Amino acid sequence: MNHYETVFILNPVLSEDQIKETVKKYEDFLVSKGAKMIAKEDWGLKKLAYPIQNKKSGFYHLFEFTVDGEVINPLEVEFRRDERFMRYLTVALDKHAISWAERRRVKLKEKA
Amino acid sequence: MSSIEQQSKGKKEGEIRYLTPLNIDTSKKKKYCMFQKSGIKYVDYKDPDFLMRFINEQGKILPRRLTGTSLKYQRKVAVAVKRARHLALMPYVADLLK
Repeated sequence: MNHYETVFILNPVLSEDQIKETVKKYEDFLVSKGAKMIAKEDWGLKKLAYPIQNKKSGFYHLFEFTVDGEVINPLEVEFRRDERFMRYLTVALDKHAISWAERRRVKLKEKA
Repeated sequence: MSSIEQQSKGKKEGEIRYLTPLNIDTSKKKKYCMFQKSGIKYVDYKDPDFLMRFINEQGKILPRRLTGTSLKYQRKVAVAVKRARHLALMPYVADLLK
């Protein structure tokens, strides 16, 4: 089991329900493959630094989870096939990154 | 204009020669690696405002000799900036960023 973090950008033309559905779909996909979700973040509609697919904004979402390494490839294949996805990035977290992510979560909670 | 070589040789008549070395102000502040100093072990690509310190107005990554970052963390900064660019948190090319 490795620790991963995925950030993805969803198409801004989607409705709120469609976004929830998409996020739920991939969460279920991960859980069905034996992943343990650690954190989910919704950054909301953000302006992009440069246009992607002629769009200037997108919905940012973040997943943090532990899963076996073999699951990442099928997950990214699904991402690539899905038209609602504009960008994604999956990174493996090392021990410093994990402690950073924990501190970040505490900070975000304090703010909210 | 008198070149420095001529001044040092002092052969030319009528040229200005300095007896004491010119007082040129250079900053004596030593540069330091802010990651080692403040004990940050991980450079976060999700924080574009922080990474702004390590890029110039065009969005290019600044060299170590200007920021003072140690080699270990410069590599991490570079990776973080590139990840942030991929996620459109930072621009690949920009103009008057600061």
